[in-house]
Amino acid sequence: MTGPVTGPATATVTLEPERKGKAKVEQASALYDPPGPRALARHRLYGILALVVFAGILAWIGYKLVDTGQFAADKWNPFTYQGIQDLLLRGLGNTLRAFVWAAVLSLALGTVLAAGRLSDHRVVRWAATAVVEFFRAMPVLVMIFFVFVALKTEPRVALITGLTLYNGSVLAEVFRAGVHAVPRGQREAAYALGMRKTQVMTYVLIPQGVRTMLPAIVSQLVVALKDTSLGYLISYEEFLYAGKQVATNLDYGLPFIPVVMVIAPVYIGMCMLLSGLATWLDRRGRRSARTSG
Amino acid sequence: MNVLTENWDTYWEGFLGTVKLTAVSAVLALLLGVFVAACRVSPVKPMRVFGGVWVNILRNTPLTLLFFAVVLGLPRFGVVLPFFTFAVLALGCYTSAFVCEAVRAGINTVPTGQGEAARSLGMTFGQTLGLIVLPQAFRSVIPPLGSTMIALAKNSAIAGAFSVVELLGTYRTLSELGFNIVWTFVWIAVGYLIITLSISLVFGLMEKHWEVAR
Repeated sequence: MTGPVTGPATATVTLEPERKGKAKVEQASALYDPPGPRALARHRLYGILALVVFAGILAWIGYKLVDTGQFAADKWNPFTYQGIQDLLLRGLGNTLRAFVWAAVLSLALGTVLAAGRLSDHRVVRWAATAVVEFFRAMPVLVMIFFVFVALKTEPRVALITGLTLYNGSVLAEVFRAGVHAVPRGQREAAYALGMRKTQVMTYVLIPQGVRTMLPAIVSQLVVALKDTSLGYLISYEEFLYAGKQVATNLDYGLPFIPVVMVIAPVYIGMCMLLSGLATWLDRRGRRSARTSG
Repeated sequence: MNVLTENWDTYWEGFLGTVKLTAVSAVLALLLGVFVAACRVSPVKPMRVFGGVWVNILRNTPLTLLFFAVVLGLPRFGVVLPFFTFAVLALGCYTSAFVCEAVRAGINTVPTGQGEAARSLGMTFGQTLGLIVLPQAFRSVIPPLGSTMIALAKNSAIAGAFSVVELLGTYRTLSELGFNIVWTFVWIAVGYLIITLSISLVFGLMEKHWEVAR
């Protein structure tokens, strides 16, 4: 790195963390100095080289897409048909329905399991711990297949059950950690006021814990949303499955890539929205925590 | 019990398949993840943007969709590889996003003074990162990497549905042969427990081994 650095540049870099993208700027200062003129020129050169490489890769992908005729009209035509649009929208609806069911049920299951893990009775605690640890160590797909194949339920029930068992167990850990994260004095003060355990939980610990838990809860819901696509493997008519039905149709020239190009942005967009919510909650919670403490 | 003893070969093959798939994808995910993390903290903006896009897109893609795109989409593209390679690509790329975030969080735990000292000795960005910061970040990265690797082992179950031999896929053979379906799944579950527990054991040992009082 070049030695001489202009004064004002350093000042702005060190002042900035307070306002925006704290982590990024902090890292930047940990790994490299604010670049001087020569380093700046070199970075620009590297940047252009990297851009050329990325552009080359994108161009190659684009060339391949055109070369293999992925933009041919007969592959994209199906998306203009009312029936296909309905099929896809129905799939999307089923995805969202499964997600909402799984989210609600796993929040409920998580609450029950967390209550069990925080119980004063050893047997209840052990049982809850065993359940949570077992379902966290299992692939979701094993549970979904088990319910689907061994209990012979319909795909929707299998998918929702599997997602609920897995995400409920993870959420139980999130809830437990959130309750434990509340400073011990709060619990002690509440007990000193003569509250019962239930009161301490519902009036003191949970309302305070929710703030720290919320980002983790929403992140886990993103996982649940992503995992609804596992329904595809047990032929639940969700979004990806609907996509496959279009993609495997010989009359449309097997439009696999067009289908991926249509459904991937929708999936990724939905998950990004939810992830964004988690990040926003996280940032908001952290800021208010700092001002109060 | 006899479901296991009579089908030992099928189970063993599936078990090995899952272990192999997990191991190969883990190597790919670690290499790619560290590379993307290096991109994300580099002083060159296009590389930072590339790292951010890579992580954000892959983290928000359902793995099933990724498998669908890679296993069924790439062949339309003229790329024909064995199913195992496709599965490794999908799993490795997906997991690399999580590895990247773990490594980046680890880099943040290294005191700023370390990087400053390295630079005052005249080290370049690559040297600072590779010789000073990453080795120190490694220690705090072990626990999150462990859970990422466990998630990878669990996610490898999806590959079974895309024509790769692995543990969960064995249920299909066994149910066709008419074995008790509940016991079939019990032994599959035991197999996964063995894999996930050994991964967490290995990472626990690693954590203990490199534990240094600061």
